Amino acid sequence: MKRLVWIPGILMIFLVLSIGRAYAQQPTPSDDQVNAIASQLFCPVCENTPLDVCPTEACHQWRELIRQMLAQGKSEADIKQYFVEHYGARVLAEPPATGLNWLVYIVPPAAFLVGVFLLYLAFRTWKQTRPASVIATTPLQDKRKTIPESGSSSKTTATYKENDEYIARLEEELRKQS
Amino acid sequence: MDQTRQTTSFPARQSLPLWKQLLVWGALLLLLIILGLSVARSGNTILGVWSRVPEFSLTFLAGYHFVSAEAVKLSDLCGKGVLVNFRASWCTPCQSEAAALETAWRSHQPFGQAVFPGVDYGDTNSEARSYLAEFGIPYPNGPDLQTRFSQLFNRNLGIQETYLIDQQGILRSIQTGPFQSADQIQELIDPLLGGN
Repeated sequence: MKRLVWIPGILMIFLVLSIGRAYAQQPTPSDDQVNAIASQLFCPVCENTPLDVCPTEACHQWRELIRQMLAQGKSEADIKQYFVEHYGARVLAEPPATGLNWLVYIVPPAAFLVGVFLLYLAFRTWKQTRPASVIATTPLQDKRKTIPESGSSSKTTATYKENDEYIARLEEELRKQS
Repeated sequence: MDQTRQTTSFPARQSLPLWKQLLVWGALLLLLIILGLSVARSGNTILGVWSRVPEFSLTFLAGYHFVSAEAVKLSDLCGKGVLVNFRASWCTPCQSEAAALETAWRSHQPFGQAVFPGVDYGDTNSEARSYLAEFGIPYPNGPDLQTRFSQLFNRNLGIQETYLIDQQGILRSIQTGPFQSADQIQELIDPLLGGN
């Protein structure tokens, strides 16, 4: 009878161990879970092709490796770290922000801001240098858009609405020749 | 005829202020520096035939050794012919030359004058080991960790390639594509080794 007392205890131990093992095994990760990480990596063979859409055998093997690592409970960061250690940082879709890679993150926004600033300066300069009026009293005026002022017909004063530098220079040349 | 009286105001042509000029030139200089650095970083000099091969180190997969060492450097192989063979388990052409490489290696191995380090490119460890077991490859093989080897040789990715280095560390031949037979390999190596 004493031996029979131990049997339930042994059964309980087996039961606990089997439950523990069942919980330790992760379910097989889905393609979506694998591709969520694969999309952040690049094919080792065909450059510039994300791993999740790459059809080569090499990429298939890599995706299976990601699936295995996910099943083992590895995190996304662990998996990416593994790939960097084995295949180099070039497999990452987003280069790590270290060393010269910082330029990738700094230069484009900096260039954009500089461009906006230069445009602002240019617009401001154009606004300031625009002539308020170009006054002329040549007969040529009559052929252009003029605005008569205060009923003066003999000596017409007009304000050009357009800053036409070319016409103004032409007038100057005519004046010199006459 | 009062045709000449004219009061015209033109915008004076002004040069850019000094600080703006400096800003533009500084931006251009910065751009050139960035371009230069990126070229220097990524543009390994192309390793052509008759150029000296830079020092490299290859750590072998578990179970493979060279003179009981788990890694080998090019400087360790001075005085030997070195046949660096890139391969991968997913590379179908590599499979077709596996037997030829093994035959060539077995014929040279007793003399110890030629070494055949295999470099496993872009493989997973398990697939690499399966490939080596399947084809019974006996000569030392190691993974191309962080693709340093590929970058060193500036090789075409995805294409099966083999590099022959002479006893002085000079690259003597580049084979693109698989070897067709062991004889083809012998014809490359034998002149280097003086007929052995």
